Amino acid sequence: MSAASTVIRFDEVTLGYGRRPAVHHLDGEIPAGSLMAVVGPNGAGKSTLLKGIVGTLKPLDGHIRLKGPASGIAYLPQAAEIDRSFPLSVYDLVAMGLWSRSGLFGGIARRDRTRIEEALAAVGLIGFERRPISTLSGGQMQRALFARLLLQDAPVILLDEPFTAIDAKTTADLLDLVRRWHDESRTVLAVLHDLDMVRRTFPQTLLIAREPVAWGETGEVLSPENLLKARRMVEAYDPHADVCHRSAA
Amino acid sequence: MLDLFYAPFAEFEFMQRALVGVIAIALGGGPVGVFLMLRRMSLTGDAMAHAILPGAAVGYLLAGLSLPAMTVGGLFAGVIVAVAAGLVSRFTSLKEDASLAAFYLLSLALGVTIVSLRGSNVDLLHVLFGTVLALDDSTLLLLASISTATVLALAVLYRPLVLECVDPIFLRSVSRSGTPTHLIFLGLVVMNLVGGFHALGTLLAVGMMMLPAAASRFWTSDITTMMIVSIAVGIVSGFSGLLLSFHAELPAGPAIILSAGAIYVISLVLGREGGLLWLAWPGRHLEA
Repeated sequence: MSAASTVIRFDEVTLGYGRRPAVHHLDGEIPAGSLMAVVGPNGAGKSTLLKGIVGTLKPLDGHIRLKGPASGIAYLPQAAEIDRSFPLSVYDLVAMGLWSRSGLFGGIARRDRTRIEEALAAVGLIGFERRPISTLSGGQMQRALFARLLLQDAPVILLDEPFTAIDAKTTADLLDLVRRWHDESRTVLAVLHDLDMVRRTFPQTLLIAREPVAWGETGEVLSPENLLKARRMVEAYDPHADVCHRSAA
Repeated sequence: MLDLFYAPFAEFEFMQRALVGVIAIALGGGPVGVFLMLRRMSLTGDAMAHAILPGAAVGYLLAGLSLPAMTVGGLFAGVIVAVAAGLVSRFTSLKEDASLAAFYLLSLALGVTIVSLRGSNVDLLHVLFGTVLALDDSTLLLLASISTATVLALAVLYRPLVLECVDPIFLRSVSRSGTPTHLIFLGLVVMNLVGGFHALGTLLAVGMMMLPAAASRFWTSDITTMMIVSIAVGIVSGFSGLLLSFHAELPAGPAIILSAGAIYVISLVLGREGGLLWLAWPGRHLEA
């Protein structure tokens, strides 16, 4: 893990809401090209961590350093807050992935149209182009969002519970895309709950329960002791919590 | 028989001017209304229309029925209320609809009081319901400029506007244009309301925005088509409302909004996208 190949560095990062930490003193780095799972109980700060990396949430303490611009991150939030009733076609939703090249009002070139069609084909949504997004099922919507991620062509990809409430076939198809991104040396971080899937597909894992519990090779991280430890870290909300005096970066 | 439809416009200049004014209002108001509706801000539009009143009234108090004074006053008051309502809902526990309701009641009462300080009931009616049959050159120029600026601005802001409605988190992750886009859009709403105010008054100005937009939702599920339909509905309402008012000797502003309302009700019943008739008799289900 040389510093040169680090994509994301955490310096004693504390992220939270109000003054209460959801991720407490995280320190470490993510090497370029990692395929890493983020695992932990509900309320462990997994989604918060991704928000911190994307930059929609500022750290309460410490720093998150990115190599390269923030626009190099493609982010799929948990149960994306998409207004499904909006009169928009699948094609247009997917084409938004080209934002970084087309910007506010650049045109979509013929080459881009080919790429949009390729992305739709890769997620198995050929023939859905003209369908309004309101007619998509949950799995089809997730396929469309993965097509948009494909078009974003970002070196770093963050997925927040991408396979929750998604059937086995769709999960398998989309997981193939995740592997493809890994083969293309992109850095992929995914918040997941299916530990079998993590063991099968993700070489690296961060186990977090507000405090980082373990971080490294998946096999070692997901040991019974570590998992038990993570489960014991209760979602405590102490109304009289003291100010944290651990040293920051 | 046919000349019933064009004779009033051929014969009377004030009818021609009214038609041009209404077309200009429809061109800008329709698309703005569509975005207001899709962003679930229909009531915001309504509240802002009322919010213009005290500003225009202060302009009137200082300078009488003067176009620039009332326009500037209206723009000013509209922006203040839009920003204030946004701040109240962001920083207090009051939701935006409640804070808007509070602001618009306040503005309406304040506006009517200010106008009656100086003017007659005729002037009050003028302010509340507009004077679409007495549009002079400078007012027409103002309406045309507003609709031109609106169409151009919407063309430029189209992508972030759509994206901010559909998937605000995604927009935030790829661009910082969300907040400025929202503010410019609010500015467009205020501008169009002030334009509509001169022709239709503060109480009805928002009608040329929301009724065509709401009607268009029943005919298409494509946003571009929706904007075109809303413009068409606005123009047809203006045309038929002016004719109705001419032949039946009705007040013109309300006749125009009534026409738009009639088109809305027809769309509600017959519209191919979720109209009542199609909901009641959808026909037998399809193969796939």
